[in-house]
Amino acid sequence: MELHDIWFVLIAVLWIGYFFLEGFDFGIGVLTKLLARDRKERRVLINTIGPVWDGNEVWLLSAGGATFAAFPEWYATLFSGFYLPLLIILLCLIVRGVAFEYRAKRTGERWQTNWENAIFWTSLIPAILWGVAFGNIVRGVKIDADMEYVGTFFDLLNPYAILGGLVTLFLFTFHGAVFAALKTAGDIRVRARSLALKLGLATAVLALGFLLWTQAASGDRWSLVALIVAVVALVAAIGAIARGREGWSFAFSGLTIVAAVGMLFLTLFPNVMPSSLNDAWSLTVTNASSTPYTLKIMTWCAGIATPMVLLYQSWTYWVFRKRIGTQHIADAH
Amino acid sequence: MDLALAPETLARWQFGITTVYHFLFVPLTISLAALTAGLQTAWVRTDNEKYLRATKFWGKLFLINIAMGVVTGIVQEFQFGMNWSDYSRFVGDVFGAPLAFEALIAFFFESTFIGLWIFGWDRLPKKIHLACMWMVSLGTILSAYFILAANSWMQHPVGYRINEERGRAELTDFWKVLTQDTAVTQFFHTITAAFLVGGAFMVGIAAFHLARKKHIPVMRTSLRLGLVTVVIAGLLTAVSGDQLAKVMFRQQPMKMAAAEALWDGQERAPFSIFAYGDVSEGHNSVEISLPGVLSFLADNDPNSYVPGINDINKAQEEKYGPGDYRPNIPVAFWSFRWMIGFGMASFGLGILGLWLTRRKFLLPPALRTGEDEVPNLVLFRNKALSPKFTKLYWLTALWTLLFPLIANSWGWIFTEMGRQPWVVYGVLQTRDGVSPGVSQGEILTSMIFFTLLYAVLAVIEVKLLVKYIKAGPPELTESDLNPPTRINGHDDEDADRPMAFSY
Repeated sequence: MELHDIWFVLIAVLWIGYFFLEGFDFGIGVLTKLLARDRKERRVLINTIGPVWDGNEVWLLSAGGATFAAFPEWYATLFSGFYLPLLIILLCLIVRGVAFEYRAKRTGERWQTNWENAIFWTSLIPAILWGVAFGNIVRGVKIDADMEYVGTFFDLLNPYAILGGLVTLFLFTFHGAVFAALKTAGDIRVRARSLALKLGLATAVLALGFLLWTQAASGDRWSLVALIVAVVALVAAIGAIARGREGWSFAFSGLTIVAAVGMLFLTLFPNVMPSSLNDAWSLTVTNASSTPYTLKIMTWCAGIATPMVLLYQSWTYWVFRKRIGTQHIADAH
Repeated sequence: MDLALAPETLARWQFGITTVYHFLFVPLTISLAALTAGLQTAWVRTDNEKYLRATKFWGKLFLINIAMGVVTGIVQEFQFGMNWSDYSRFVGDVFGAPLAFEALIAFFFESTFIGLWIFGWDRLPKKIHLACMWMVSLGTILSAYFILAANSWMQHPVGYRINEERGRAELTDFWKVLTQDTAVTQFFHTITAAFLVGGAFMVGIAAFHLARKKHIPVMRTSLRLGLVTVVIAGLLTAVSGDQLAKVMFRQQPMKMAAAEALWDGQERAPFSIFAYGDVSEGHNSVEISLPGVLSFLADNDPNSYVPGINDINKAQEEKYGPGDYRPNIPVAFWSFRWMIGFGMASFGLGILGLWLTRRKFLLPPALRTGEDEVPNLVLFRNKALSPKFTKLYWLTALWTLLFPLIANSWGWIFTEMGRQPWVVYGVLQTRDGVSPGVSQGEILTSMIFFTLLYAVLAVIEVKLLVKYIKAGPPELTESDLNPPTRINGHDDEDADRPMAFSY
């Protein structure tokens, strides 16, 4: 295994980390409209991710920064090629972060309602668009001999990628509902469970379709293993939430994300961005990567930093492990 | 294509707008993190409630500010790939590493520990909660270091070779990239300038409350901390700025010449206070200057020779081929002056303020004030300033609160505009870095959306800051005064108690 292969795996790990963690953040954002009945309940949901959402989002920045350092061509082609979807994601993430921080800083009805709407939409839209983006990466897009994306915005809105977007939306919302059941107390917890069950079933149908389509188009033996793990984990997550085992359900919904995203990366390898115009024009782990020297330095950095991050982020979850109910939310500041 | 709307021009405008905007929040974040942590340390050590109230007050303003810094920072991480894909391909092997380090080390620190700090008041023992704030502060400073090392490589590329076959720069010595004098000096200058911003911010707001005789104990402390910060940071900013100018003179002589609108080289080169000229003709028509000062700034010797814009342009044409290697001279000239002018003005006011509010033992007994009195402003021995002048000082402190921030912005505009037409000095020109596949319409769209969104958010942010500034430090609650003694809080006896902080 050469360094650029290791870095392919590490980039996959960073994206998996991002989707696992911000997956339930996005889900919670969507659930503020689907699950919460009033402002107090919306605040209960928002506060389940209050101390952690910012740290979760840094997984995206790390994935972006690491891609820049380890595979500059991949970074350049992906971000200049998927320009408009990425722009929309960035605008959403900007508003979303500010919305969490500012919503409670004033008491006005309109002020709070506006930020709550913002939290919903800016969670929903990126949850779809990440799936669309990854669908397109796996499917292959129009990349020319100079590694430039030559397609249009509308080329990105093909059925496969849109299905991918629906899968991420439903999977993240399901993951978020399970998280809500795990982290809240009282009436909202009961409703979170039953909503999670429904969302889980819908997710299962969509995800099975998308993953089978992926396997048929570009899968191999290893991706099939990942597919099976993803599907089994999803079924287990649904079964666990049906029996009220919230912790297990969350572990399995997380594993579903790990396996499903892992499967996408397995079908990609050794490409990082296949060209739909000509196989020879695809970006691969070799022609898109940095020099072994840079990769070596990056390996040291990631090798030391990532376990530390996992350690202190886990500690944060442990510190804030208590369930939150409406009684814990003070009326006004 | 119309030059004004060429993708290169638009991409540069977008980078300028989003980066200057991002950097409005950065210096305050860096300095307030450390100052808030300092105040909280004072509370933990002395148990004096005024320090806790000060921590809560400045901490709140810090949080409103850092929220904007964080979200506008996300754009920075992706903008290189979106608008500057050829730049990214060319420099990724070198430039990507410090960016990845920044995310993996600094951003994770900042974002994780800020969450612990915000929500941890009733979950963490005092000292651990305090340590979280110091971790945030460490994160902000590390972040500055890595990104400045990356920027310094654009100013003065080192530790790399050009791979002709792949058409890119490749890293050969990462240690050199991190430790070259450009990076170290730039870091020193940026951090000290950031503390100048935070200090002046504290002084201005404390002056606002003291002029109204409100929240006196907290604001007295804040005023003193702010003034000391302004004076120390101001002095160090000047020292580091002088060092940076000398580094720049060696590495980018064109930038120094442009900063002075020095068209032709000369010994005893002057520092112009004012100049007006015609760029196309290459000389100044009006100029007021101090002889020898530029030579001193550049080389520590008032008699040394400083090459002019025209000389350097000719030399660069010989080296890099025919072309125009001059940056926008009026922008370089004026931004350099505004940086120094606003920064120095704030430093001077800081010294004045520190003298006016000097310590008890320097004052005659009649003028000394207690903890809960507004300090007398004493210019000369034995006599406090009249109410009119006292008010004038408070007002000046308030209205100059943003001076260092303005200086910071102009400093960056100078650094980046003065490097043009290069994006990596002497290696890659800005026009060769633009994304070839991104259309004019796409860049225009993103520029319009970012600008509009940023404008709206600026209004919201400023209104919130003003609201919380006017409200002053909060009253302390029972739970503030009795922080938990073990991790995860101590409310087993009252499991339904509301969270100390909730969104």
